[in-house]
Amino acid sequence: MNDQTLTPEERAANLKGMGCARKRVEDVRFTQGKGNYVDDIKLDGMLFGDFVRSPYAHARVVTVNKEAALAVPGVVAVLTAEDLAPLGLHWMPTLAGDKQMVLADGKVLFQGQEVAYVVAEDRYIAADAVELVEVEYEELPVITDPFEALKSDVVLREDLEGQTEGAHGPRKHHNHIFTWEQGDKDATEAILAEADVVAEEMVYYHRTHPCPLETCGCVASMDKVTGKLTLYGTFQAPHAIRTVVSLISGLAEHNIRVISPDIGGGFGNKVGAYAGYVCSVVASIVTGKPVKWVEDRMENLMSTAFARDYWMQGKIAATKDGKITGLWCHTTADHGGFDACADPTKFPAGFMNICTGSYDIPTAYLAVDGVYTNKAPGGVAYRCSFRVTEAAYFIERMIEVLAIKLNMDAAELRRINFIKADQFPYQSALGWEYDSGDYHTAWEKALKAVNYEGLRSEQAQRIEDFKAGKTRKLLGIGLTHFTEIVGAGPVKNCDILGLGMFDSCEIRIHPTGSAIARLGTISQGQGHATTFAQIIATEIGLPADDITLEEGDTDTAPYGLGTYGSRSTPVAGAATAMAARKIRAKAQMIAAYLLEVHDNDVEWDVDRFAVKGAPERFKTMKEIAFAAYNQAIPGLEPGLEAVSYYDPPNMTYPFGAYICVMEIDVDTGEWEVRKFYALDDCGTRINPMIIDGQVHGGVTEALAIAMGQEIAYDEMGNVKTGTLMDFFLPTAWETPNYITDFTVTPSPHHPIGAKGVGESPNVGGVPAFSNAVHDAFRPFGLVQSHMPHDHWRIWKIANGLGMHG
Amino acid sequence: MIPAGFEYHRPGDIASAIGILQEHGDEARVIAGGHSLIPMMKLRMTDMSHLVDLQAIEELKGIEIESDIVTLGAMVTQHELITHDGLASAIPLIREAALQIADPQVRYVGTVGGNVANGDPGNDMPGLMQCLNATFELSGPDGNRSVAAREFYEAAYFTAREEEEILTRISIPKPGAGIGQAYEKQKRKIGDYATAAAAVMVGNGTASVAMTNLADTPIWSEDASNALAGGDVEGCVAAMLDAIDPVADNRGPVEFKKHVAAVMLRRAIDRAQNRAG
Ligand SMILES: Cc1cc2nc3c(=O)[nH]c(=O)nc-3n(C[C@H](O)[C@H](O)[C@H](O)COP(=O)(O)OP(=O)(O)OC[C@H]3O[C@@H](n4cnc5c(N)ncnc54)[C@H](O)[C@@H]3O)c2cc1C
Repeated sequence: MNDQTLTPEERAANLKGMGCARKRVEDVRFTQGKGNYVDDIKLDGMLFGDFVRSPYAHARVVTVNKEAALAVPGVVAVLTAEDLAPLGLHWMPTLAGDKQMVLADGKVLFQGQEVAYVVAEDRYIAADAVELVEVEYEELPVITDPFEALKSDVVLREDLEGQTEGAHGPRKHHNHIFTWEQGDKDATEAILAEADVVAEEMVYYHRTHPCPLETCGCVASMDKVTGKLTLYGTFQAPHAIRTVVSLISGLAEHNIRVISPDIGGGFGNKVGAYAGYVCSVVASIVTGKPVKWVEDRMENLMSTAFARDYWMQGKIAATKDGKITGLWCHTTADHGGFDACADPTKFPAGFMNICTGSYDIPTAYLAVDGVYTNKAPGGVAYRCSFRVTEAAYFIERMIEVLAIKLNMDAAELRRINFIKADQFPYQSALGWEYDSGDYHTAWEKALKAVNYEGLRSEQAQRIEDFKAGKTRKLLGIGLTHFTEIVGAGPVKNCDILGLGMFDSCEIRIHPTGSAIARLGTISQGQGHATTFAQIIATEIGLPADDITLEEGDTDTAPYGLGTYGSRSTPVAGAATAMAARKIRAKAQMIAAYLLEVHDNDVEWDVDRFAVKGAPERFKTMKEIAFAAYNQAIPGLEPGLEAVSYYDPPNMTYPFGAYICVMEIDVDTGEWEVRKFYALDDCGTRINPMIIDGQVHGGVTEALAIAMGQEIAYDEMGNVKTGTLMDFFLPTAWETPNYITDFTVTPSPHHPIGAKGVGESPNVGGVPAFSNAVHDAFRPFGLVQSHMPHDHWRIWKIANGLGMHG
Repeated sequence: MIPAGFEYHRPGDIASAIGILQEHGDEARVIAGGHSLIPMMKLRMTDMSHLVDLQAIEELKGIEIESDIVTLGAMVTQHELITHDGLASAIPLIREAALQIADPQVRYVGTVGGNVANGDPGNDMPGLMQCLNATFELSGPDGNRSVAAREFYEAAYFTAREEEEILTRISIPKPGAGIGQAYEKQKRKIGDYATAAAAVMVGNGTASVAMTNLADTPIWSEDASNALAGGDVEGCVAAMLDAIDPVADNRGPVEFKKHVAAVMLRRAIDRAQNRAG
């Protein structure tokens, strides 16, 4: 063999396996504009769909007159709820156990709601015809405030009138969806009553939107000859979509093929099912032609799933020297007109009960009330695992608020309350078992890296200079230590619409020693084709460059629940390692046969099995692959492939320490990030370059959210931030430099110890930025101010503190 | 995000362009760089049956620097305003302000004529032109006329230009030696219109002060300019605060905008004074 002379280290390096900063194989096509996105799909005779949307946030739909639109040459059909009703498709189930109108059935509940669906020969004709559909509305009182909704006589969901029981238990009011309680209420309240110190605050995490660069869309193509429906779409969970389409439409599941092509970012926005999908499928079935629907930017921001909108009332109790004794939280969750959150069924507020964070808090209580308002539905996990961002923001703000109350340094307060390394696995007061962690080590490393003491003295000097009139700029030091809960999840407690949240990988080794692997997940920019090949490379000793990765075609890929909630590496990545290990187990038998020794007399050596004690006698994986197909081996089937369905025993708990140093101009509210340090511990690191890329992207989204990005409504329920002029998406100019760092605390239950990282930076970044703003003003008396911290809101803080003379 | 249908015209000279405008009346509109007009059409806030593209009209192009006057063709792009060396030394304020407009992609095609003719109070060039005391040359069916930038703006999207007139050139008196100039703009991000912006010229006992996006037109204030000419910075700021009339929007409430207006103005004055001879 030509590689006999190479050392094991050299052979391992040639594999480009785990730990290698391998360049992203996807980028060859993406950087050349050769990606294949939904809108690139062009089929013969394809028609285009476009929506008539409600200009009102709450109104009765009195009549819909299609005549003028239908008269336009090239218009094929105009669908309304009346047309869908006979098929039972004018409403659809949501992922949260509610139902949602596909097309307005008598009324509309948010601005931008779908009222009619125009199908035409091209998208220009469709857009013109949309203007010609005459809809008569009768305006109804609008409720945009969830607290008001719970008091109002106005019934938003008339279809639910009289239903006192919802999908998640009793409904207390006609605009109430559910109450979800975790932890020990009585014990927590007793602790609050007796505590030395209690800090109380309302922490609002405003409504925002994932805003992927590519908006949502699909092409539905019904082949009337074969009876087979092919549905291309921007789906983060193609297999789940197939099952849902089958359940909703009555088409047999084998007659549905769902394909997620290249996806230009998802961030949770592309998890749910949208009216556009249902209408396109119906239109294709009716016309027998392919139908494409792609939303524009405004439609995306106005109508497809938003994120956050949590009002979190918190109380945190501590001893006078800062040991936290209890945490209480009541959240009012604004879900909009329909409950279309994408959470595991048993968790109507997602994993909000991770809100004890990185701290050893013995007693805690959480209650969440879901509420209907006249806003768009959604509540998806925008680059996070089911409300983990809300939870992390809440606890990281409460820690700061408590530090103020105790007059204590916030870094020190965290230090004395962290769960200690020897406490893992750690049972949290709100019901989770944290798998592993070493928070103190990460924290000290982070503080040292930024010279925390030095920053604090600089800040003290700055405050003096400010008071002396020498500067108008303040310095904020934003601290965060977050703990995530990702990798949903164990089928025993995690399902979506009854579909267990395992995931899968199938690997086929070709005779010449290259391979193809298919997974139940789907990359939207995470680089799965790069990293999953690296896992396989290390596990079975074939070069990553010789392994093709495929996802997203339900006819070929094994069933899985898709990509969101940082679940791909924790779940499908585990399945990948397990499938690879099955292959290696068979390879061992083949190698032993070829080397004429017992199975147990060979041992694995990077890319080969060698006879124990005689390393010069070996069979490489390439040789084994060839033999697997071409040599009759007694007792073994030919071939070398395996599939694994992985049901994780637990979630994984990545964590990190983020520190933001920010300069703030008190006169204009302008800010500048001087330094951003992100230490992530995601367990085993598969590709450090991809981790860095994920952190860069996620922190940039966090910057956007904390510093300006929002979906804002006026009192009439009009969306005020429906274009990218007002919806803050940072450009390269606004994006600071990031310093990334890491510690490695592998997950004890994951086959390769990996925990997932894609969402950590969003979870940890938001409180780091927000805490920096708060910290700058802390010496002047600020306790809490709501995000987003755009110029005028920062100015308002300064103004409220009397800093403008 | 798809505009309604329209017919596209591409005349080769000003006279034919005016002819097309006359023929179609208020159904027609000229298009320059399209970076204000096309977004409006995509949002279906503007619906035009005829678009008259000015790109092929040579007479509308070019920058001329003479001894005491600078002339900009209406179709000069914002990018050219930045890269033209002669212009940068003749009136550095133009380059400084143009760099604050949008982003490079927009500036490659967006024109100075479109920016001043548009009438959007958010545009940066109108306030700048008022500060510089520019004159706009218009050609129409009845011939040519000039309108001072300070007289041009009537209300948001309403200007002294008649519907069948085309803005052809902008003439700007060259500021004398010793005049300090500065442009200050606060915006939320690259590509954003101003929360508040100030254009200031000061020196030799003269001053000119204009502000952007703080009323439904740009605001050039004679009182503020006079105060500054007399060295009274606070008087200048007070006069300007009197003249502006901002409205609340996503950038913030009125109180904030007034505060920021004063800050931008003071900063621009400070820098202009430092640059004055
Ligand atoms: C993302 C984005 C950000 C922006 N940010 C800024 C900013 O920060 N500051 C700023 O000032 N601008 C900004 N703009 C606007 C940009 O500068 C435009 O290019 C400019 O406002 C219009 O110039 P135009 O050549 O594109 O004109 P067009 O869009 O073609 O025309 C605008 C209007 O002027 C009329 N018009 C054009 N030329 C003439 C003429 N010669 N005679 C008569 N009428 C004419 C047109 O009929 C139309 O009504 C931004 C635009 C975008 C898309």
